[in-house]
Amino acid sequence: MPAVPFDYRAPKTLAEALGLLAEFGEEAKPLAGGQSLVPLLTLRLARPAVLIDLNGLDGLRETRREGDWLQVGALVRHRALERGDGPLAACPLLQEAASFIGNVRVRTLGTIGGSLAHADPAAELPAVVRALDGMVLVRGPRGERAVPAAEFFVGALTTALAPGELVIGVRLPVLGPRTGYAVEEFSRRAGDFAVVAAVAVMELSPAGDIARARVALGGVGSVPQRLPALEAALAGGRPDADRLRREALETSDALEPEGDVHASAAYRRHLARILTARALARAAAAAGRAVA
Amino acid sequence: MTEVVVGFLLNGRPCEVRTAVHRTLADLLRDDLGAIEVKEGCGEGVCGTCTVLLDGEPVSSCLVLAPRVAGRRVTTVRGLGGDALHPLQEAFVRHGAAQCGFCTPGMILTAYAFLLESPAPSRDEIRRALAGNLCRCTGYAAIIDAVASVAGKGGARP
Repeated sequence: MPAVPFDYRAPKTLAEALGLLAEFGEEAKPLAGGQSLVPLLTLRLARPAVLIDLNGLDGLRETRREGDWLQVGALVRHRALERGDGPLAACPLLQEAASFIGNVRVRTLGTIGGSLAHADPAAELPAVVRALDGMVLVRGPRGERAVPAAEFFVGALTTALAPGELVIGVRLPVLGPRTGYAVEEFSRRAGDFAVVAAVAVMELSPAGDIARARVALGGVGSVPQRLPALEAALAGGRPDADRLRREALETSDALEPEGDVHASAAYRRHLARILTARALARAAAAAGRAVA
Repeated sequence: MTEVVVGFLLNGRPCEVRTAVHRTLADLLRDDLGAIEVKEGCGEGVCGTCTVLLDGEPVSSCLVLAPRVAGRRVTTVRGLGGDALHPLQEAFVRHGAAQCGFCTPGMILTAYAFLLESPAPSRDEIRRALAGNLCRCTGYAAIIDAVASVAGKGGARP
């Protein structure tokens, strides 16, 4: 079915884009890669009066390293993340996470800014940004602000973006050499959104103990969820496979997923535990190889 | 209704279409330009039948809005090979990798773009690369066979 007709604007500068957003307000939708928005248009679930095409904003395509931070432009495509183009190689977690997204066609056009702004509860990139304690960079009529991932995701498909604001990029920490990463997920069919996705980041001390472990889950709530009790239980100990598995399965972080047509609440909880255990084991192994 | 004139290269030939902005590349190709080798299945980017190459990379033409095509290169399955079949197309024929044929253009374009990036993939890598293209007839085995038969032999050369 064709989309409901809309007006189309293609600003050349960020200032122009923000001006158009201010002018049209709720009537407007920004277009990035379009891999979520265009299906919503053709299914007529979204009926904006105006589409503001951001693809001409070349500045949002840049990635740069600033000391221990990687700043990724909102228009960087999933394929670039997956390949680890240029400075993106400094965050190997992006490569692994992006490889799970949709299919190759979605990855050709889909963007990191679009994924964060869309905020699907089961999407990989929001969980990655949450796991790394990244900052979402936002520009609006009152200037620029950096929103911590913990505050950016407010609910399913809902973010802290105020009216008139755009995601312009994301800042992610570049972690030390004794760090391992892993993404584990389960989906019913290749390319589907995950039923549950687990992202693990494991940092080891020079002696090989766990300096810091972080886990973020997608698909177990309306926003990506960290596991603070598990992370606290793991810190300081050895990254032994048995211990990681036991803690992942037994530490009782409050997981209260809702059941739906794809999976019951109990099954989601089960997947969360198992996938967390697997992700931690793989992240620890990768970090351990870096120590050795 | 907002209209634009969109000019782009279709299989190397310049073309120009006047279109409403809310139409998709799949609509332009099939309805305006007669490129009916582009099939449309699900219309929401999942099935892969409408795959074309946009500046050499696979996209779902049903998810590309018309104004986004201006100034770009679009390749359909007809753009492969010349007067003769492309080696990948020949391999599909040889292996009986088509039954109803609806998924075939998308399969071939996806495999083509993949082999350009990964000239000598494993069978498992081929399966992953084609995971986003659905076939409801063949059971996939013959398709994987066809792609594997040209892999490592420069089979993706234009």
